[in-house]
Amino acid sequence: MDRREILLNVVLAAALLAVPLWAYFASQPFTITMSTRIAILAMAAVGLNIALGLGGLVSFGHAAFFGIGGFVAGIMAQHAMLGIPVLGLPASNQMLVIWPVAMLLSALAALVIGVLSLRTSGIFFIMITLAFAQMIFYFAISWPAYGGEDGLPLALRNQFPGLNTMRPLPMFLVAYGALMASLLAFALIRASRFGAALMAVRQNPDRVAAVGIDPFGLRLVAFVLSGAITGLAGALMADLTRFVSPSMMAWTMSGELIVILIIGGVGRLFGPVAGAAILVGFEVFFGGLTEHWKLWLGLVLLAVVLFARGGVIGLIAGRERHG
Amino acid sequence: MDEVLHLHGLRKSFGALVATDDVTLTLKKGEIHALIGPNGAGKSTLIAQISGRYAPDAGRITFKGQDITALSVARRARLGLGRSFQISAVIPEYSARRNVMLALQSRQGHPFRFLKPVMWDRSLTEPAAAILARVGLAGRASVPAGELSHGERRLLEIALALALEPACFLLDEPMAGLGAEGTARLVTFLRDLKSQAPILLVEHDMNAVFALADRISVLVYGRIIATGSVAEIRANPEVRRAYLGDAA
Repeated sequence: MDRREILLNVVLAAALLAVPLWAYFASQPFTITMSTRIAILAMAAVGLNIALGLGGLVSFGHAAFFGIGGFVAGIMAQHAMLGIPVLGLPASNQMLVIWPVAMLLSALAALVIGVLSLRTSGIFFIMITLAFAQMIFYFAISWPAYGGEDGLPLALRNQFPGLNTMRPLPMFLVAYGALMASLLAFALIRASRFGAALMAVRQNPDRVAAVGIDPFGLRLVAFVLSGAITGLAGALMADLTRFVSPSMMAWTMSGELIVILIIGGVGRLFGPVAGAAILVGFEVFFGGLTEHWKLWLGLVLLAVVLFARGGVIGLIAGRERHG
Repeated sequence: MDEVLHLHGLRKSFGALVATDDVTLTLKKGEIHALIGPNGAGKSTLIAQISGRYAPDAGRITFKGQDITALSVARRARLGLGRSFQISAVIPEYSARRNVMLALQSRQGHPFRFLKPVMWDRSLTEPAAAILARVGLAGRASVPAGELSHGERRLLEIALALALEPACFLLDEPMAGLGAEGTARLVTFLRDLKSQAPILLVEHDMNAVFALADRISVLVYGRIIATGSVAEIRANPEVRRAYLGDAA
């Protein structure tokens, strides 16, 4: 990363923290919640950015992991409230317990989906990941125990030690901290040997195999890590909205994550943050004017694809260089 | 045991087309074994079977005494089969240095290391610089591979094979598209290189082949019609008829 991109990243990170702090003192709780939404969606897209941005794996099924994380948070919250164990283990309403479970189950789902779909590539990979996500989506709809199609409300948000997560600002800080941690993980992965090999696989898998590195293993590990981070974001989203439903797993959600990355900058560290901010910004400002706000978002997407292939980050910070 | 690579009766067909027809070939320590043949003779199909991209329909490949017929491309490379591609296949967005570092990291073990940034890893950056200097690309180390000239990319291909410290080089038309000067430089370089590891050289440039090869095998319609020294191949009437024509 060159200086300009680092500066841009610092500005984005600071702005995402400063706006809700200002909103807190200006008593604008809606702005805090909007910022929390940006942070959580950005984090889900950070997950996708590992598979899509680094590995070139266009997954059209990441909503499945987002939803699995959400259902883990919702189901745990309900069981904890009613005092019923989950699969023989005591339920917990502690985020620090729920998060590892959400990540583990999303990672497991990603492992199964990855093993089966990474044997294909290109359009087939896109379609197979979509098909798996739709299977999980319809399963959630037809599973009456946790609300089925109607979804499952959370009476209370899950708890984080030392913070009252029911208040907007502490909830934002939890989401912001998780986003920063996921960005750190992404940065470490990208700079590491694993990341170097993964980005090379995106560009030329045959060459990577010819120097002795198996592309399948790299892609699978990337897909699993990717699913785990998106799953964690799903758990946070369930707590933010205090509601989980199969709509978290709908294919439109997978599409939204891809749109966030394309607008923000595929493969760029802060691409998900910029993309999520623009998406939520459009939803709030244009959504207040017209219910057809997605038309305007579509125009932005078109402009990015036509004129700024590196997304907003690429437009401001220039092309990425791998010295 | 001075046979490094041994193909035993390899056979591969695509439908009715027999692309590789009972090919037996050896590569011995310290030699350059050139594989020549007219277009469509099945050289690329044969290379693909040696590197592991295609599985042969019949026959075996042994490498350093081990049967590698069923191993993947990556496993063969880790065992020490270093190859260059006919059409330059590099990582275009990576600098020349990072291309070489990628090959080095594979040699140093499994790729699942997540924490240490590669650019701070002197066990990668230092040998990469040395290898680039050896092929004459030291001054171009920071240039993205996609922006290198054609000749420079051919050299980078060689550097990637070198970085694997292979037990045998599999070079698929390394001279393709090089000018006279570049070809001459590469001939000198390969002549030194064979003492490090033997080279199976697929090449169209006959002058280069005759200057370099210790042995030559001639592939026509998937069959090896002759194997021998440069003088024997030049004198072989069947080869002259099938391939060299009146030019030789």
